[in-house]
Amino acid sequence: MSEASSTERLIGKIFSDAVKLDIDGELVTGEGRFEGTAVSIIGTLNQAAIGADDALVLAAAILEVIRDKPRRPILIIADTSGHRLSRWDELVGISGCIAHLTKCIYVARQRGHRVVSLVNELAVSAAFMALGMSSDECYALPQTELRVMAAPAMARITKIPLDRLTELFRSSPVIGPGAENFLRIGALRAIWNENLANHFRRALSEPVQAADYTRVLGEERGGRKEARPVAALFRSEAPAGGK
Amino acid sequence: MPVAFDDGVVTGEGLIAGHRVLIAAQEGGFMGGAIGEVHGAKITGLIERAIETRPAAVILLLDSGGVRLQEANAGLLAMGEIHRVLLDARSTGLPILGAIGGRNGCYGGTSIIARCCDCLIASEEGRLSISGPEVIETVEGIEEFDAQDRALVWRTMGAKHRRLIDEIDVIVPDDMSAFRNAIIAQLNVSRPLSLETLEAEQSALRRRVERFRDAADARDIWRALGVDSPECVSEMEADDFNRLVEGLEGSGS
Repeated sequence: MSEASSTERLIGKIFSDAVKLDIDGELVTGEGRFEGTAVSIIGTLNQAAIGADDALVLAAAILEVIRDKPRRPILIIADTSGHRLSRWDELVGISGCIAHLTKCIYVARQRGHRVVSLVNELAVSAAFMALGMSSDECYALPQTELRVMAAPAMARITKIPLDRLTELFRSSPVIGPGAENFLRIGALRAIWNENLANHFRRALSEPVQAADYTRVLGEERGGRKEARPVAALFRSEAPAGGK
Repeated sequence: MPVAFDDGVVTGEGLIAGHRVLIAAQEGGFMGGAIGEVHGAKITGLIERAIETRPAAVILLLDSGGVRLQEANAGLLAMGEIHRVLLDARSTGLPILGAIGGRNGCYGGTSIIARCCDCLIASEEGRLSISGPEVIETVEGIEEFDAQDRALVWRTMGAKHRRLIDEIDVIVPDDMSAFRNAIIAQLNVSRPLSLETLEAEQSALRRRVERFRDAADARDIWRALGVDSPECVSEMEADDFNRLVEGLEGSGS
């Protein structure tokens, strides 16, 4: 028997009672009962790289919940190193498969499923966009690593020397990796420490946030000050504004 | 760090064939059209305005390498915000049209945004993929992807391949009037997002991934789709190519 993954252990900490999980490679689907409420669970394990086919397995699980379990809450647990980098994935159109997954999550939300995302150990770039930012609200753990790209690759592409980049990481939430920085820019609603069940209970019971809540949070927390006012300006701009 | 007063995207409102539209055009010459905080917020605000003012469509001229790494986190979140408001717009029946005609192609998270549009139009030179060739080569090795092999890049990520596997809806010659006409044809055409349409998309994508599970090269896929001379596809003019696609679709393959 292989040891349970940290995503399975995390699910176990949130759902003290009955949980039924189906593990298929690095994907998990299933359901649990949280204080009397049935919750569907989908997620990824072991810092999975999400391929075109994986995105479709997760999308199928979401569609099944929409079809068979009206309005049931969905918990997405992400632990992912990003989309899979391969020739085959690009050949078969991984962009469309991941976009499809995001559309399924969107339609679930629209049809009254509360969709809550929790990032476990790691989430990177487009996979965070798909599994984190597509939900109603996204959360992470204190030690969660969130990033767009690993520092050495980022240094190479931006031509910013690695030590300068590491300095920037420390001073700027706009570029530095980690849950705290993503919290400050508004990408995370909150960080869940200690009593996970309390956090999950609150996440399920609070009203769904307004469409622009990530911008508002980023401004309030001082990590991303331009997004809200700039979007507001372009939203209200008169046709003759000439910007 | 480079800055530009428009942050690499021009937005506006105008008439096309007498119909009012809102438009955002990414400037590929500025940091590869990459999406940063302000760039993204402009597009998000524009789509929000469209939800309120109901134009015939929002047109996104996409030319982007993805997230702007100099403001990585804010760029990624901006992507997520555009994505969310784009689907909000679609769910109100407002069409979002994507067009890919620039030199940078449409990469990274921008490719996911593109694939969430109602309709995606591209010129023959357009490219659409999540990972850039250099990224795949750097991480997975040159055996996996040789980024210097331009023919490989083109046939794996290029617009014609994307049209043949249904990731792109319309191919046009690399010409403004051709783009314009293709856009006019899609004004006021909204494709609903619903459980039913997503289930249909799920089966189509599932079929594609299963059918081409062992494909090593785009030419294998084209042959399987019924293209008699895959080696000729790259040289075909858009009109000839579109006739080829029509023929394949007509024969149901």
